[in-house]
Amino acid sequence: MIDKNSRAILSVQGLRASINGTEILKGIDLTVKSGEIHAIMGLNGSGKSTFAKVLAGHSAYEITGGSVQFEGNNLLELPPEERARSGLFLAFQYPIEIPGVANTQFLRLAYNTVQTKRGKEELDPLEFDDFVREKMKLLEMNPDFLDRSVNEGFSGGEKKRNEILQMALLEPTLSILDETDSGLDIDALKTVASGVNQIANKNNAMILVTHYQRLLDYIVPDFVHVMQAGRIVMTGGKELALELETRGYDWVNANKSVTGVIA
Amino acid sequence: MSAVLQNLVNQPYKHGFVTEIESDIAPKGLNEDIIRLISTKKNEPEWLLSFRLKAYQKWLAMTEPEWQNVHYPKIDFQSISYYSAPKLKQKLASMDEVDPELLRTFEKLGVPMHERAALAGVAVDVIFDSVSVATTYKEKLAEVGIIFCSISEAVQNHPELIQKYLGSVVPVGDNYFAALNSAVFTDGSFCFIPKGVKCPMDLSTYFRINTEGSGQFERTLIIAEEGASVCYLEGCTAPRFDTNQLHAAVVELIALDNADIKYSTVQNWYAGDENGVGGIYNFVTKRGLAKGINSRISWTQVETGSAITWKYPSCILRGDNSVGEFYSVAVTNNYQQADTGTKMIHLGKNTRSTIVSKGISAGHSNSSYRGLVRITPTAEGARNYSQCDSMLIGDQSGAHTFPYIQVHNNSAIVEHEASTSKIGEDQLFYFSQRGIDAEEAVSMIINGFCKDVFQQLPMEFAVEATKLLSFKLEGSVG
Repeated sequence: MIDKNSRAILSVQGLRASINGTEILKGIDLTVKSGEIHAIMGLNGSGKSTFAKVLAGHSAYEITGGSVQFEGNNLLELPPEERARSGLFLAFQYPIEIPGVANTQFLRLAYNTVQTKRGKEELDPLEFDDFVREKMKLLEMNPDFLDRSVNEGFSGGEKKRNEILQMALLEPTLSILDETDSGLDIDALKTVASGVNQIANKNNAMILVTHYQRLLDYIVPDFVHVMQAGRIVMTGGKELALELETRGYDWVNANKSVTGVIA
Repeated sequence: MSAVLQNLVNQPYKHGFVTEIESDIAPKGLNEDIIRLISTKKNEPEWLLSFRLKAYQKWLAMTEPEWQNVHYPKIDFQSISYYSAPKLKQKLASMDEVDPELLRTFEKLGVPMHERAALAGVAVDVIFDSVSVATTYKEKLAEVGIIFCSISEAVQNHPELIQKYLGSVVPVGDNYFAALNSAVFTDGSFCFIPKGVKCPMDLSTYFRINTEGSGQFERTLIIAEEGASVCYLEGCTAPRFDTNQLHAAVVELIALDNADIKYSTVQNWYAGDENGVGGIYNFVTKRGLAKGINSRISWTQVETGSAITWKYPSCILRGDNSVGEFYSVAVTNNYQQADTGTKMIHLGKNTRSTIVSKGISAGHSNSSYRGLVRITPTAEGARNYSQCDSMLIGDQSGAHTFPYIQVHNNSAIVEHEASTSKIGEDQLFYFSQRGIDAEEAVSMIINGFCKDVFQQLPMEFAVEATKLLSFKLEGSVG
């Protein structure tokens, strides 16, 4: 969905970050424009989930270098809640359980907080109920979800759907999906992918962090980046994912210097 | 622990002001003369003086309990003043004669003393230091035969009821602090609901400790006759002092056949500062006797204040088919210590009890649940369900559970569930990634955690408790 009139949403330059003194991100450069879908692939430990959490502002990581511009602002200066309110969304790899807090209450508070920031009207519980039920159809979710505690006792697939539901509600400018495909069977994967595809439009952008090519059969990326040891070592189109699938990550090692980075 | 959590818990105590009012204060120290002085000041009958002196003798022979999981320097009982009363005009004919300074104090605390301005349908007895200063809706309640007044007034006007029931649930020598209270209690609330009467409004007592160095020893007695029912609320605050103050109350409830007493407390005594200096020592004995068949006693408490809380509202289920309930939220922060829980003593057949306890500990505080469920040989078909959940905020706080279960009848069904959880960085990050800041996140998590207990509170109290908790824990998360 690349458009001539697209604008830069995210611009990452030389980003470095560490946790407990160990450097995980070693200089990342990435530009994401509106209407684009980017996939970041890589082996476990390559730093792709860290990159997602650093962008969302997880306090465990220390930024040691580089810069991130998001919608024209210095993202790294904002606390995580401000990043969220200004349109950055992270679908968690392991969504957190919050016992005792009803999902509907949580969703409404999140929705109203973001709406307020955008200068829009808040919804009362009844209005919100209608609104959220409509969005749930998109993901073929059972309305029972609303009364259950946030993610508590949800199956892996239910948790991931709940993440995408939040994404549908909050209408972020940039969504980062951290291994959303892990733990999903093929039917759930199709439902989630179809939900994501309906949310994607020319005004927003997505970063899919994934291990496998499987997800990319259903959500087709404009760019595929391969991450290794805290750096993006290779960038290509959607066919790069297929190539990676057949040839394996060893092929990247042999070719990264030859292919170079097509950033 | 991030700074956000820290800031959240460390909010100032907003009831910490002192009222400038002339008081009549007894000299410090405890001896028979002081007890006689209290009794004389209150113009008490001889039998009540002997009740006090008997309790004092028992107390002298007892030692301060040490089994509880709280630590504090020895209390010097001789450095406390056992009587402090605001100097009032002789006798108040109406609420309009209450000292305006007192009225302002309670207005500031949000306690309605004017009937016209009162919260829809709540009658209030207001205790300031050692005495009751006002009771609202007295006449209206009297129309249906309900007696609601201070215990001092009841001693004068209804001595037969006091003599019959005082000390019948908590005997003078029951425990160290109950014995002390029985010797020196100065005021408290009295409530009598006659046969078949459903109390038309909630009754409440508001306790305020004002004078530094004084103790508060109030005594509450509630009797519900056959088929009667009442919902009773209790609230408490105290000014901020660097010294510790002792509060040792006794509450006795008696429910006859088919009677129903529901007693709710929101305890917000001054808890001391962030370094653990000052605060109230809250040593309280509360016990209800479900004496008649099908009677019911229900305790709900939200304990947020006090440097030390030591309290076990209990039910003695003597009547067949009687029901005992205990719903508790105890929140500790900074250096607060709480050792609280309940006792359910099953004597009658088919008696049932429910215990739901939620402990929340933040800062360097410690919270313990201590509870006893005893099924005696006569309690055929008794049932108990207990649930004790603890939540930790930060990594310096502690939560402990001491359940005692004694079953002497094999037809009993006793269930106990317990859990410990923690508000984690990951939970807070999840909220913040959805645009929700830490304060709102903590408030939402805590309220979710306490939901089962808050549902038991009357509406206005539930709202108050929710606010109090968010306020209390502001700054504890992060």
